[in-house]
Amino acid sequence: MVPHPIRAVLPFAIAGIAVALAAMLPVTTPATVAKAETAVVAGDLFKPIADVLRHPRCMNCHPRDDRPRQGDDRHPHLQNIVRGEDNLGFTNARCTACHRDENNKFSGVPGAPNWHLAPASMGWQGLNDSELCTTLKDQDKNGGKDVAALVKHMEDDKLVLWGWAPGGDRLPVSKPHAAFVTELKAWAAGGAPCPTAN
Amino acid sequence: MPTTFTLNGKKTTIDADPETPLLWVIRDDLKLTGTKFGCGAALCGACTVHLDGEAVRSCQIQARDVEGRDVTTIEGVTGNVAAAVRAAWIKLDVAQCGYCQSGQVMAAVGLLSQISKPTDQDIDKAMDGNICRCSTYHRIRAAIHEASTTLPG
Repeated sequence: MVPHPIRAVLPFAIAGIAVALAAMLPVTTPATVAKAETAVVAGDLFKPIADVLRHPRCMNCHPRDDRPRQGDDRHPHLQNIVRGEDNLGFTNARCTACHRDENNKFSGVPGAPNWHLAPASMGWQGLNDSELCTTLKDQDKNGGKDVAALVKHMEDDKLVLWGWAPGGDRLPVSKPHAAFVTELKAWAAGGAPCPTAN
Repeated sequence: MPTTFTLNGKKTTIDADPETPLLWVIRDDLKLTGTKFGCGAALCGACTVHLDGEAVRSCQIQARDVEGRDVTTIEGVTGNVAAAVRAAWIKLDVAQCGYCQSGQVMAAVGLLSQISKPTDQDIDKAMDGNICRCSTYHRIRAAIHEASTTLPG
């Protein structure tokens, strides 16, 4: 049996706890619903960009480890090719030992100006949309590029553009480059929002 | 189209289609046949030469790529590193059939010119693109270590 004095205050204590718990729960109002929908839409601006960045033509040269990838199945580069200290390959196995400024029409070896690996800090393999977006925008990782510079890189860089015309039996990025740039600019104009981690 | 470059220390001018692979310029036009054709697709390393001191696959380099640049082939590679590699190759009797060996030697010289005391891992990374169908890899590795002992650190 609960002692009398406590019995007297118990209903008030329970009511107080209920009020406190209610205050911790989200309150749904028209304003918060609109804010949530805006966030979802803003995050969605990055999704079509993520789809392109995950294409083998982009991802193969953005590994998180030290092995470039090859082919549409993204297998590790044959011949034990590794990143090297400057992202241009190890001694004797420099990227430019084989990859020149354009595709080699005789051998089929692909080529484009400035063929190289992205730095390990810009490795993308295994990242979800949120991680990919925040990594892409992180100027400590991306070589100091702001959003405008990122857009320009993906709009103009000849090595990037090679992904849309890779030649041989390599799959090009499926979305037209102009459409991709339009989506990029829409994302940038919207403040370059990243999807939430969930 | 005329292309002028330095080949084994001598200024050389050739008249070739700009897209002609350097390998064929060297072998067919300039008659230096020490550099071998293996695959034509940068897969075997038999055609390795040095372009401005760096090992490249001559089957992938085109005539237009060498304008004004230095090309060294197995016939012209010199210096203390080349001498050390040559001595080690002979001492350990590295070659078997020998077809890949000019590429192996050029790659070994390229490696030791930049890393005078390579580890086994360095050798793996630098030499993996040079294939030997006689599987002389263990002797190649030993010869590179042997050559490195005669080079200053």
